[in-house]
This record gives sequence, structure tokens and C-alpha cells, in this order.
Amino acid sequence: MSTPVAIGTPRRLVEATVDGRQVRVPEGSTILDACESVGTDVPTLCYGDTLTPRNACRVCVVEVEGARTLVPACSRRIEDSMSVATDSERVRHSRKMVLELLGSSVDLSTTPGIAEWNERYDARPERFGPRAEPATMGERDARRAGEHTVGDGTTAETVEQPVKDDNDLYVRDYGKCIMCYKCVDACGEQWQNTFAIGIAGRGFDAGVSTEHDLALPDSACVYCGNCIEVCPTGALMFRSEYEMRQEGTWDEEKQSQTTTVCTYCGVGCNVTLHVQENEIVKVTSPHDNPVTHGNLCIKGRFGYQHVQQRRRD
Amino acid sequence: MDLHFLDAVPEDAEREAVDAVLGPPDSGWDGGTRHASDLRFAEGGHVARGRRDLLLPALHAVNDRVGWISRAALDYICRRLTIPPAEAYGVATFYAMFALERRPRRVVHVCTDIACAAKDSASLCAQMRERAGGPGGDDGEFTWHESPCLGLCERAPAAVSLQAGDPPRYSVAAPARAGEIIPEPGEVPAGDTPAAPAADGHGAPGDSHGPPLGGGRPQRRTTFSPDTLPGPAPEPPPHAAVPQAGDPDLVLLRRIGVVDPTSLDDYRANGGYAALREAMRLGPSGVIREVADSGLVGRGGAAFPTGRKWDATAKRPETPRYVICNADESEPGTFKDRVLMEGDPFAVVEALTIAGYANNAAVGYIYIRGEYPRALWLLENAVELARERNLLGTDILGSGFDFDIEIRRGAGAYICGEETAIFNSIEGLRGEPRSKPPFPVERGVFGKPTAINNVETLVNVLPIVLHGGPAYASVGTGRSTGPKLFCVSGAVERPGVYEVPFGADLRALMEMCGGAGTGPDGAQRLPRAVLLGGAAGGFVRGDELDIPLTLEGARDAGATLGSGVILVLDDDVDLTAILVRIAAFFRDESCGQCVPCRVGTVRQEEALVRLSRETGARDTDLALLREVGDAMRDASICGLGQTAWNAVESAIDRLGAFGPQEESTR
Repeated sequence: MSTPVAIGTPRRLVEATVDGRQVRVPEGSTILDACESVGTDVPTLCYGDTLTPRNACRVCVVEVEGARTLVPACSRRIEDSMSVATDSERVRHSRKMVLELLGSSVDLSTTPGIAEWNERYDARPERFGPRAEPATMGERDARRAGEHTVGDGTTAETVEQPVKDDNDLYVRDYGKCIMCYKCVDACGEQWQNTFAIGIAGRGFDAGVSTEHDLALPDSACVYCGNCIEVCPTGALMFRSEYEMRQEGTWDEEKQSQTTTVCTYCGVGCNVTLHVQENEIVKVTSPHDNPVTHGNLCIKGRFGYQHVQQRRRD
Repeated sequence: MDLHFLDAVPEDAEREAVDAVLGPPDSGWDGGTRHASDLRFAEGGHVARGRRDLLLPALHAVNDRVGWISRAALDYICRRLTIPPAEAYGVATFYAMFALERRPRRVVHVCTDIACAAKDSASLCAQMRERAGGPGGDDGEFTWHESPCLGLCERAPAAVSLQAGDPPRYSVAAPARAGEIIPEPGEVPAGDTPAAPAADGHGAPGDSHGPPLGGGRPQRRTTFSPDTLPGPAPEPPPHAAVPQAGDPDLVLLRRIGVVDPTSLDDYRANGGYAALREAMRLGPSGVIREVADSGLVGRGGAAFPTGRKWDATAKRPETPRYVICNADESEPGTFKDRVLMEGDPFAVVEALTIAGYANNAAVGYIYIRGEYPRALWLLENAVELARERNLLGTDILGSGFDFDIEIRRGAGAYICGEETAIFNSIEGLRGEPRSKPPFPVERGVFGKPTAINNVETLVNVLPIVLHGGPAYASVGTGRSTGPKLFCVSGAVERPGVYEVPFGADLRALMEMCGGAGTGPDGAQRLPRAVLLGGAAGGFVRGDELDIPLTLEGARDAGATLGSGVILVLDDDVDLTAILVRIAAFFRDESCGQCVPCRVGTVRQEEALVRLSRETGARDTDLALLREVGDAMRDASICGLGQTAWNAVESAIDRLGAFGPQEESTR
């Protein structure tokens, strides 16, 4: 059977240099694409392979010759004869500071890659002082834009607060949120069009929230879990994973991943089942699937319990 | 789009306020009463969604009428405009002037920013605390907040009171005393009570609801009642802030104090609208040529050549194009745009019309900050009168050019003065800056080419068009051409807005405003420090008065003119407290989008608190500040983060704010 192959519009190649090395990438590529094409590793946090870059975290900044400030590699398009430095002193300094500022204000304990980057950039988040006490539930959500109480400077303020645990399927631990905007974009017009969450508040007190900080069951949430799929820090987590981590039984070494086809309807979404000790512990979806790009609905994402529940009679 | 709403029913007043902006709902589909006939058709939400830009005006309408935005009111706005409630909540909570919890009708904003702090706003706040409890408290009658700069720096310390109602009312107290900004018991009405008709007739009920405007939407002529709240002494006229008022050599301030800012006839009798006629004679490209030849650069702080901006916008193939007047003047210590808008509002309208003509734009927006009720009132009046006389609308002056101006009011967000944040704010999104490129000339508001200029920049266009670009360019030095306004405040004899040709030095300006006064020995005092360019600018020492007030001169001296702030501090001022205030300002006003600014401004404030209280290791904290500052400057998305460390850095390096430093720290 022959299938048509989409080749797209032919694109001109752009020539530039990354750390002195020539790169040739199609026009419209980002600096990040160009770096990847020559195997240069650029750390990213808020960048999502299935989403429009928000360039909010600034950990991917690079130095472009002639530019006044550093530029985000994830969103800036590469141009002809652009000269990019990914490891200059300025770049290393800003990346280090971003890692330290995040590390000192957010719980990054479940963020992949952080330990390695901290070492690479010599980031020591603890040098801003001991962490302030976490806020009580609802305190951060109630803060008003443009107002805060000036502290005494002895502790480093954080975004930590109790876990929001208001439904059976997943938990929201906004103490781990780096404000990458990815869950909001995945819930909103980029994928799900449910718009259950948005960014509320301003500045350091900004956070991801439903309207009026309603509990998820009262909100527009449809539990597709696409926000969990894109969350880079584990702030959004399957209840199964959350509980196993609490119990200390979560062990990724012991997990296997099997990609299969969801059986609920005829769309044929791919689901990747994460199985530990013969139990499904969470479900993801391959981002390179041309139809779903890693998105699922509530059934594919959370409707796996029947597999492991045997009838008792 | 299948939106999920709350089952909350808005109060009549809330519904009325929203309907006054959006018009009555057509059917059950957009928030009206559901009839059986509604079920026979489904109106798409596209039409409503296309009016997303009315979200901010609708939020204002409710907040103005009721004093806060209830769940039901937000829900009703969302239904009317087909906006997801989570998004609208995100927008409403972005702005400091909106409340989403019940609060009294009267809100008093007490300025504690740099200029007011230098004039002892601390004791004003202490009195407020004593008599009315802490900020945000609620005694049923009113609540008060500490506020960032209210743009009343020449009369510091300042306070602005806003009272919700139909129509909302305001008062400005500057210099403010606690006694006059705290309302008498029973003074604040509990429910909706129409204000008494004002003497000039503008506030009369019959008058206040004019004919339907702007697509059949019923609108009041002006947002605020001209009948100000009782309490503080009447606000002095705009020209009281212009010590040079009446000087025939003035260019930008020429009409201030000379014309009646409410009268179009008076404006025309004083040369008004001659520039628009001349512009129409020159043609759009002729106007851009004159502006380019004039060498005019933006006066908002970035100093980008206006001619190049217009040329690039006008050449874009996409239509419609937009022009925006950035009147979100919020840089601490800046009040020149307020004085221009209050003293000569028609000039702003005329200049924006010329900008619209040159760029062939269909609509112009004036985005004015929410803390300027009098300027808003005067501009609304000016736009209305211009519209009545066909100086706005279709076929202006018989030229075939169609153009109209919409005024959009900010709601307490410094960041919305950033040019791309304004676009998001106008479009009904959170006022977060966009990343550039693409630049506004390519993709601005509503994704279309947009020329956005500061109020002062636009007002400069009038003399350029009238007298020609080369004549304008002959004033000033080098890249700095034409006249420049400076906002002088703090420890000087005669604070106010001063117009000088580019080229004068700081000393000359200090002499114009009477200097920093005389000491006990009768000798002229040297200021301790001068803040140039506002919180995003930097300090210079009191003995550095030879700095030329030109773009090049300031840059060579390692300073910036920014928005023209000259805030003079004497020895009585606690400099470290001012630095902590600046850090708090940037922390409060950061939009929170990017990490360097969102967290960096917090760490900067913490380190400054430690330094000011001498509780930490000084050298470690100074090094920490520098490291955080460098990252904010280098890696933030927009100018707010990039400049958040400027003033602190200059205070450390130039003023030695925390003592001498070892060379090795750099």
C-alpha cells in the first residue's frame, strides 16, 4: 500500500555559527534547533516540544553577537550569519542565576536534569539563605497584585505551599511550579481548549489557578491530564505516583514502559503505560505521534484501572 | 468552545454596569434571559470573542460601579464576551486596582513611592494606620492602600481617593493630610446614589448619558463625575505644576495655563488643529519625512527615532494599522504626561490624529494609567468634542481620512507602560510583555503593524509639522534635538515640569527650580543625590551637576535621562530606605513571567533589607546583588527586569550607599 508523503514547502537553508562551528539549518529554525543539529546541549525547562515557546524560564539563553541582551534559544529564530555563543561567561552566569533563583524559591526535587545542571553551572541555590516557611493553604492565592509585606531579609522567600489535593486522579503541588505556562497552554487554545486554568496574580505571587481558585471538580477541568504530560517539574502528578512517592515505593528503575493503542474509541491514540511491579502507575503518550502529539483524554490517561482490578466473585 | 460558568446571578447594578459597556445581551446565548426562541438557533461565540478587548473596560465598569468584582459579575462578563472564567480571573487579578473580594466603595491610594517617601509619606501612613487601621483594612466606609507613584510628585506626599458609584467619583489630595482623605462617618453612601449635578452641567443626569456612541453602545460622556469628593482642598489647575507657564518661548507647554483644557474653541483659537491641516497638506509621507528630519526620538525612555518607527509602520503591507498613545506614565517621579494631558488635552488628541494620518491607521488608542482620573476626564471630554466637530470620525476635515480614538484605562500595573504589554492589556489579556522580535511595527496590537509613542513624543509632532523638521532639529545638540520636559521633584524650591531645549546641564535646571534651598548658614545647599530617569534610571551625586541633560551627555556620564525624572534628595532622606522602596516597587510591578525578574527582584529586595539593617555579611550581599542584577539585566524578557537593578547599582557604585567597596568585587 502506498501512502502519500507530505514533504512540505522546500525551505532555504540558513548559515550561522554556534560556538564557532558552522551550522546549516532550514530557515525558520530556532537557535535551539541549530544547537541540537550540531550536538550542543542547551538546558531547557519551560520549553515544550509540542507547544509554542513562552521563553519564560530563561535557562536556555545564549549570546548572539551584536545583541544587547541575551536571547532565548528556544524561541529566537536563527538568521543568516548569526554568531551564537552558548557557553560564554555571560551565558554561564545567567544560566547559573536562573538555576539558583529557581532552586531557592521552588521545590525542584522532582525536576529531571536539575542536579546535573547545578553542577555544570556551579549553581548553589542555598546561598540566598535559609528557605522561608511555606505559605499556608490559600494564602498565596489570596495575595493581591502589587502588594507585599517587606520581610526582614533573613530567609529566602519561596513559592512553597501545601499540595492541592482535591480530586481522585491527580494532585497539584504548586510549591514545585516554575511558572513555565505549559499546563495553561496545553489546557487552553494550543491543545485541549478547556481553559480550566490560567495564570492569576502578578509577579512573585503569580500562580496557576482556576477561576477564584475553585477546586478542580468545580472548575472546567475535564481530567485529560495533558497538563501533567507537559509539566516539567512534577508539580502536576498522577495520584498513583504521588502516593507511591509519599510511601517511598516509587522507583523508576523498576519501571517498564510499553506503548500501545488506547482501546476506548476509534481514534487510536498511543498510550505509554508505565508499569512497576506489574501495576500501571501512570500513563503518558508519545509526543511524536502525528495525530495526538502526546495528548489524551480522561479515558486514555486515567481509565486504566480495569486492567489491574480483577472481579472478586 | 464549551465554556464552564458558575451558577451565580449578578446584581442588577453589576449587570447594568457591564451592559453599559457592551450593550444589552441579544439572547440567552450571551448572558441574557433565555427564551424558547433561543433554542431554535445557536449564535456562534465568534462575534463575542472578537470583542475580547472589551474585557478590561467591562471589569472597570463593575469595579467603578460596585467597588469590587464579584464572582457573579465576572461570570456575567465572561458569558457576554465568551471568555473562559479562568482567563478572565487571571486578567482581573493582574491589576492592582481591581478587587475580587468585597470591599468598601471608597478606596484611598496613598503614594509611598520615591518622591513621596522623600516628602515623608511614612508619617502620613502612620497617621492613617493610627486612625483607620492598617492598609487593606475595612471599616465599612473606606479602605486604603499604599500605592506606587501616583504621578503627583510635585505636590508630594499624594493620595488619590476613588469612590465607586454611578458615576464614580474621585478626589486628589496633594499634599495630603490624613484628616482630609479619611471620609467623615456616613459620607460614603452604602448603595448606588447618583452624584449631585455639577455646576458646569457635565454631571447632570440628563447630560451624563449622551447619545449612543461607538457602535450604538450607550456610554457616559466621561467616566468620572467632575464633581470631586469632599475632603481635600480643590486640586490646583494643571498649570500650577508648570512654573514656566505663560512663557511665550515654550513649545510643548505653550498652551498650558493659557487655554481652557475643556474647550475645543479655546484650543483652536490658540493655534490648535493648525498642525493637522498642515499635515494633510503635506500628505502622510510628507509628515513622516518631517518627523524623520526633525531627529525626534521617543521621550518615554528608550529614545528610539520616531521617524524610523513611523516609516517602518507605514510601509507594512498589513492592514488595519494602529497608532497608540502610551499614556501609562508610571515611572516613579514622572508626571510630565499627566500635566500635558490635563493642561492641553486637545494637543494629545490632535497629535495622535496626525500619527494616525501619517501611518494610515484606522484606530488610535490612548492607553492612560488608572491613577489619573482628572487626565482621563479631560481626555474623554476632548475626544468627545473632537468627534462632534468631525475632527475625529469619518472624512476628517473633508480630507477623506477616517480615524477615531478609543481611550483605554489601565488598572494599576506599571508593566503596562511597556509597549508590548500595552498591546496585551488592550486586547484583554494579562499585561505581560511579549518577546521581541517581532517588533510592534511588524506585529503590534491585534497582531497588526502598530506605531506606539509616548504622550510627550506625540506632542512634539505638532511643532515639527507646523514649522518643519529642520527647524526643530536646529534646537538641541547632536542626536538630542528639540525641547525636552523634565519632571523635577524632591528637595527643590519649585518642583514641577520644566521645558528646556536639549543641551542645558543639570546645574542650569537646578537653578531654574530654585535649587535645593539654603542651609542653616544661608549658603546654597548641594543636594545629596539626584535620581535621573526614575526607578529604572540611576543616581548621580550632588556634586555632579555638570552632567549635560542630553541623551549623549547622560550616557557618557553613565546615567540616563529615561523619562525625564529629576528627583532631588537631600541629606534628610534615608537613602537605604529609598533603595528598599525601589526594590519593593520592582518586586510589586514585575509581571512574573520570566525567572530573572520574578525571583531576582525578590532576592534583590531581601539583600537590600539585610544591607539596610546591617544584619548580613555586607560584602557577600553586595556581591549577591551584583550577580542577581547582572542576570536580570542580561536575561529578562523586557525593560522592567533589565532596568530593575540600575538605580540600586548606581547608589552602591556612585553614592557609596553601603560604604566603600573593595575593588575586587567587580
